[in-house]
Amino acid sequence: MRSEILFIIIGMAAVTYLTRFGCLVLFRYTGIPSFLHGWLKHIPTAILTALIVPSLLLPKGYLDLTIQNHYLIAGILAAVIAYKSRNIIATVGLGIMVMISLNWLDKL
Amino acid sequence: MNQVRSFSVGDNCSNSFELRQSVRDTIPVMLGVIPFGITCGIMGNTAGLTNFETILMSLLVFAGASQFVGISMIAAGITGWGIIVLTTLLVNLRHIIMGASLAPYMMKLPVSLQAILSFGLVDESYALTTNRINTSGYSASYQLGCSMTLYISWAISTTVGVVAGSYIDDPLQWGLDFAMPATFLVLLIPRLVDKQSLVVCGIAAVTAVLGSMYLPGKWYIIIACLLASAIGGMMEREGANNHAE
Repeated sequence: MRSEILFIIIGMAAVTYLTRFGCLVLFRYTGIPSFLHGWLKHIPTAILTALIVPSLLLPKGYLDLTIQNHYLIAGILAAVIAYKSRNIIATVGLGIMVMISLNWLDKL
Repeated sequence: MNQVRSFSVGDNCSNSFELRQSVRDTIPVMLGVIPFGITCGIMGNTAGLTNFETILMSLLVFAGASQFVGISMIAAGITGWGIIVLTTLLVNLRHIIMGASLAPYMMKLPVSLQAILSFGLVDESYALTTNRINTSGYSASYQLGCSMTLYISWAISTTVGVVAGSYIDDPLQWGLDFAMPATFLVLLIPRLVDKQSLVVCGIAAVTAVLGSMYLPGKWYIIIACLLASAIGGMMEREGANNHAE
C-alpha cells in the first residue's frame, strides 16, 4: 500500500461522501436552486465525453484521424454496439476483440 | 439496525419484510452492477494498483463512474492528488440532485441513519428508492436494503475482477486498456437522449480535444466538463423561460 495512493483513495471517498450527504445539510429547507439543477444534470455527459474523445482521437498524445488509429476504429464500433445493446459485456468484449484483431492484422 | 427498527413506523416484522422486498427488487439491478465491478477490478490491475488498493477504493468510495475515472487517471501516470480528487468531485456532483430529491423523506430520520443511507446513495439505490416512493411510499429499511445489497455486490465483484485480472500477464497487449473508453461509452450513450445532451457532448468533445493538444496535464477534462455543463445548464434555463412565456 503506497501512501500517495492511499491519500488519493481517502480524498476520493471524502468528496464522494460530501456530495451524497452535503445536500441534506445545504439544501435542507430551501430545496435545490433550479440553475444548479440544470447545470448538475449535464456534468456526467460532459465529463464522460471529455474522457472518451481524447482517448480515442489522441491515443498517443497527438491527433490521429487515420485508419492506423486502432482506438478510433474500435471506439466507433464500440459506440455503435453500446447504442444498440446498452450492455457493458457486449460493448467491452467486442471492443477488445476488435483491438486484438487490429493489432494482429498489423503484425501480418 | 436498531435505529432502523426503533424509528420506523412499522414493527420489526414489517421492517424485515421491507428488507427482503428490497433485496428481491435489487437483484435484477445487481446483475447490471456486477460486470462493472469486475471491470473495475481488472482496470485496477491494469493501472498498476495493488489488489488491496483497488478493493479498498471500492469499499471506501463506492461510486462506479468516479472510480473508473480515478483509476484511468492513475493509469495515465497522474498521481496528482488535487486533480484526481477534483475530477471525482465533479463526477459525483450529480448525487446532490439525488440527495435533494430524497431530502424531504430522509430529514425525518435520525442523523446517524441519514449518514449511513447517504453513504449508500448511488444511482441504482436512488432509482429503486424513488420507484418505491411512487408505488407505496418511502421506507428507510427499503433504502437501506437496496444500498447494502448493492454495496456487497460491488465489493465482491471488484474482488473477483482483481483476482481474474491478476492471471493476465500483460493486459495492455490484449487491448485491455480499451475497456476503459468502452465502459465510458456504455455510461455515456444512454444519456444522449435530447438536444441539450447532444450539444453538451459536442462542446465537451471539441474542448477536450483542443485542450488535450494545447493545455498541460489533464486540466482539459475539468475545463471541458465545466464549460460544456454550464452551457447545458443555460440551455435548460432558456428552455424553461420560453416555456413559461
